[in-house]
Amino acid sequence: MKLFDRLFGDAPLATRGEITPKLGFLLTVLLAVVWLIPFLWMVVATLRPASDGINAMAELMPSLKPTLDNVRDAWEIGDFPRYTINTTIICAGILLVQFVTITLAGFAFARLAFVGKTLIFYLFLMQLMLVPVLLIVPNLSLVAQLGLYDTLTGVMMPFFASAFGTFLMRQAFEAIPTELEDAALIDGASLLQRIRHIYVPLSMPSFSAFAIISVTSHWNDFLWPLMVINSPDKRPLTVGLSVFTKTAEGTQAWGTIAAGTLMVIGPLLVTFLIFQKRFISSFVTSGIK
Amino acid sequence: MSLAEPAALPVATSAPPRLDVLKRLTIRFKASLPAYLLLLPSLVFLALFTYGAMGRVFVDALYQRATPKAPLRFVGLDNISAVLTDPAFTGAVVNNLIYAVGTAIPSIALALLFALALARTNAVSSALRAALFLPVLIPMVAASALFMFIFLPNVGLLDYYIGRLLPVLPNWLGDSDVALYAIMVITIWKNAGYYMLFFLAGLQAVPEDVMEAAHLDGAGPYMRLRHIILPELKPTFLFVTVIAILNAVTQVDHVFVMTQGGPSNSTNLVLFYIYQQAVEHYDIGRASAATLLTLAALMGLTALSFRTMANREGGP
Repeated sequence: MKLFDRLFGDAPLATRGEITPKLGFLLTVLLAVVWLIPFLWMVVATLRPASDGINAMAELMPSLKPTLDNVRDAWEIGDFPRYTINTTIICAGILLVQFVTITLAGFAFARLAFVGKTLIFYLFLMQLMLVPVLLIVPNLSLVAQLGLYDTLTGVMMPFFASAFGTFLMRQAFEAIPTELEDAALIDGASLLQRIRHIYVPLSMPSFSAFAIISVTSHWNDFLWPLMVINSPDKRPLTVGLSVFTKTAEGTQAWGTIAAGTLMVIGPLLVTFLIFQKRFISSFVTSGIK
Repeated sequence: MSLAEPAALPVATSAPPRLDVLKRLTIRFKASLPAYLLLLPSLVFLALFTYGAMGRVFVDALYQRATPKAPLRFVGLDNISAVLTDPAFTGAVVNNLIYAVGTAIPSIALALLFALALARTNAVSSALRAALFLPVLIPMVAASALFMFIFLPNVGLLDYYIGRLLPVLPNWLGDSDVALYAIMVITIWKNAGYYMLFFLAGLQAVPEDVMEAAHLDGAGPYMRLRHIILPELKPTFLFVTVIAILNAVTQVDHVFVMTQGGPSNSTNLVLFYIYQQAVEHYDIGRASAATLLTLAALMGLTALSFRTMANREGGP
């Protein structure tokens, strides 16, 4: 009960004696433990030697003779370094082009008056509603016509414009006092110079929030690269992992599957644990990507 | 018209106004030019991959090839009616509806519970929030790889620990009556933590003084939830429900990895059906027709939230 007193110490005095919130909290703690079990199993199974046999595979108690054999096998069977490079290229390529497109468009919406602003605003808004995954069939034929089938550029292209990013940057730019821009204007700075030297440096938090959302969502993309990519050496991590899992499932090599999965999600988990607060606030702003 | 006004005025200005309007339009257009140039890169990609793609779906849905190599033939609405009478498609729609309701309600309810329990800021709550948020970050494919073992018959995690309590062990992914529900568990596990974030943000809008007044009036936890917190969270509920339904249609990677729509089509969902038509049967006509129907259904849903979204983004 000491622990409860500590946890609920800041609750209003009138509610401190209530039992329901405490039961809800206990239930949440229980569920949080359940939520972590797949991750726990992944780590335990990765370190479990094959000699423990298939029947001990589900045991959540770590093996007494931990080994890195599974990691080595996964590394050798799956082409994970290659997949990691491909995913990195895809995420970085998308993000770089997006930075340019959303900065320019966000500035136009934030600071410029132009004919048809309302119409164009709704054109952008429509992209938020038309989830890109649903347009895989027409986009695949377009990518094929552009000669980009089975290329990483083909995987990246549909995501180069981002309505979400545009609105995010618009919001950030609107918060910047116009006096700063006026001062630069008097010094004779051109439009692009003003964007580059005043608006962009002052909007770094928004850029990093957008980068987090963009990279995590494209790091996790599966269906679109699955359709565009044909050659094994161009597969991103998600497609690679699914092929790897299929192969290893046939031989019941669950330790190797766990190791492969750990390699794929490890970088994301570590980055999240370091920048936890930033991740969470970015995801709150994301809503619909 | 009063006599004092000069009668010549309308005559004198009758010719120039038109010129004036034209001139003013060109001036305004010229003034708009920098904005158009800034918007151009985005608009090009939106035109190609969003609006162009929409138009393409409309056109492609009207054509058909007899064999993969045969020339394209205009078939009108035949593709649409073929899809609508295909039991695989209607089955996928029914599955997808069950899947949408069966994932949205539990994950939203859990998200609300998590948010209410963890609204306080202290080290314990934020560690628990992080734990519940972890599944959101990982790819659906990775989640599938882990759950493939969890659901593995006899030696899998679920059977190893819980299976002892059941008289007969179901084959979680192999039984056509159970597989769809097994798939739903993964989605709930993966999304509840995401929706929790929106409820946490929404809870901050609940006014402190109203809550205090409720305490003073002796309102219990249930009364406060029912009459203060839930009404305040109404916009959050709407927003999260729309996202949950969109996710139920678009976030189906685990079907690809784990069940391939089987056993006997019991986990076939709409997006997987579209993929099958396009990639496995090379039937672009039917795939487009199915895409069109899905888009129409989703547009109906999102039209409801269109105004909310426009307001959220600060209006035009």
